[in-house]
Amino acid sequence: MSIVNRQGAPPGAPALAGDDTAQPDRQVAVRLSGVSKRYGSGPRAVLALDQVSLEVAEGEFVCLIGASGCGKSTLLSLVADLDTATAGEVATGGRRVTMMFQEPGLMPWLTAASNVELALRARKVPKDERRHRTEELLRMVRLTGFGGKRPHELSGGMRQRVALARALAQDADVLLMDEPFGALDAMTRDLLHDELDRIAAEQALTVLFVTHNVREAVRLGDRVVVLSSRPGRVIEEYQVPADWTRGINTANTAGLASTITDRLREEMGRHGH
Amino acid sequence: MAIDQALQGLDRLELQAPAARRDPGRIARKVWAALWPKVLAVALVLAIWELVTLSGWKHYVLKGPGPVLSSLWDQVQHAQLWEIIGWTMRSAVIGYVAALIIGSVVGLLVARIPPLRAAVGSIITGLQTMPSVAWAPFAIILFGENESAILFVVILGAAPSIANGLISGVDYTPPLLLRAGKTMGLRGVARYRFLILPASLPAYVAGLKQGWAFAWRSLMAAELFVAIIGQISIGQQLSVDQQNLDFVGESSVIIVILVIGIVVDTLFTKADQTIRRRRGLLNAEGA
Repeated sequence: MSIVNRQGAPPGAPALAGDDTAQPDRQVAVRLSGVSKRYGSGPRAVLALDQVSLEVAEGEFVCLIGASGCGKSTLLSLVADLDTATAGEVATGGRRVTMMFQEPGLMPWLTAASNVELALRARKVPKDERRHRTEELLRMVRLTGFGGKRPHELSGGMRQRVALARALAQDADVLLMDEPFGALDAMTRDLLHDELDRIAAEQALTVLFVTHNVREAVRLGDRVVVLSSRPGRVIEEYQVPADWTRGINTANTAGLASTITDRLREEMGRHGH
Repeated sequence: MAIDQALQGLDRLELQAPAARRDPGRIARKVWAALWPKVLAVALVLAIWELVTLSGWKHYVLKGPGPVLSSLWDQVQHAQLWEIIGWTMRSAVIGYVAALIIGSVVGLLVARIPPLRAAVGSIITGLQTMPSVAWAPFAIILFGENESAILFVVILGAAPSIANGLISGVDYTPPLLLRAGKTMGLRGVARYRFLILPASLPAYVAGLKQGWAFAWRSLMAAELFVAIIGQISIGQQLSVDQQNLDFVGESSVIIVILVIGIVVDTLFTKADQTIRRRRGLLNAEGA
């Protein structure tokens, strides 16, 4: 695996980012401005997100991290248009957005290939092109030869790769991932990080990746955004230098991860009283 | 590349070991394992029947399995029995297919349109619990003693189960799949065709199976009530044998009813298992 040099933040960018003046040459793919989300009404209402503002540049890989109840998943649902914000604005500039969940969510009655093909069919890709495209996508997630298997015949990691192929089949510009590797074992996850890294770079995808695994966030992200809990607010952003060697076990990853972990603990401590 | 190989190796390790080679001995053992409990059960019933006969209870009417089975064997070789079965199966098939169409259309509409569900959802369940034999006199008043009356009872017996099966299938489509469908952009008819209906299939087939059971018992009840001139159905044969106090005849008809019911039910069970196995809801042995 070659080290992917992302077109992201220039080397030597400040560790603390937040203003997009650092990347003036790139277009914003996803913009959240003062977004709040409230569930329920009256005294029992829960404020899941409070005045969240966030910009994700085109081709950027942003990881969202936070303790339970920080509204990470809510934020993705708003961007995916599965839910609507109570206040503020979510803009994707007409970009195609797709989402991957912690569970692969494959149709159990379809084979791996048919699952991928269904996404193509939903976009009305002509039939003869669909087969060719499906093969290509399965090759991209290294599942050539497994197209005829049904989801229950595949391992968890393979299913998640089919789900990734299906997401890619939607030809989206923005890929939202809600703890997609959370249910996988560490070894599988590690390999999938490399795969995702490669595919995101190849396809020039804008990725918004939710996780509660700090190392995973540092391993994958160009930028790591830390959210507070109840209500969810952006409390800190960390730029991951583009010239770092990526890996879950590198000293750089471990160092930044421990800084972020401290910040998270501090935030959790606020709720301890 | 190293990662490529590692991933492929991991995939191989994680996949289940390939199934053991098929050998004829294994299939024979499987058939035998499925068969012997049934054979034993039948043998047990026949033995008890024989013992009761030997005890002399109701000896003036009761006959043992010997005379009944030999009479049945005799009838199997004559056209008349097959003609009777033919008439009844004709009604069964027509009635069931009509119930299938009506139940499916009503089920889909009720599942899709909330006001309709509020209006008739509980009525369907009410109809399902209603013993369909209660409709027989009503049907005769409405249609007279003819095939329409029989079909009416069969449809009312079977359609609610089929509709309810489809409704619960649509209701219990996993939310995760619905979200996945939404992010994929499946909308309108495509959403039903590629997502909701296939997801509903197991519950729908369960409804079809229950619908068949109801159709069959409704049909027997309706045939007992409705005498059509020139047509001897299974139900009418029951009635005739009863009037003649023909224990042997009556018993053989009951066996015929039982066998047909079981055979059709087995077909539905088979379909149900196939669907479940394909979706990984059963283990490889299909148990």
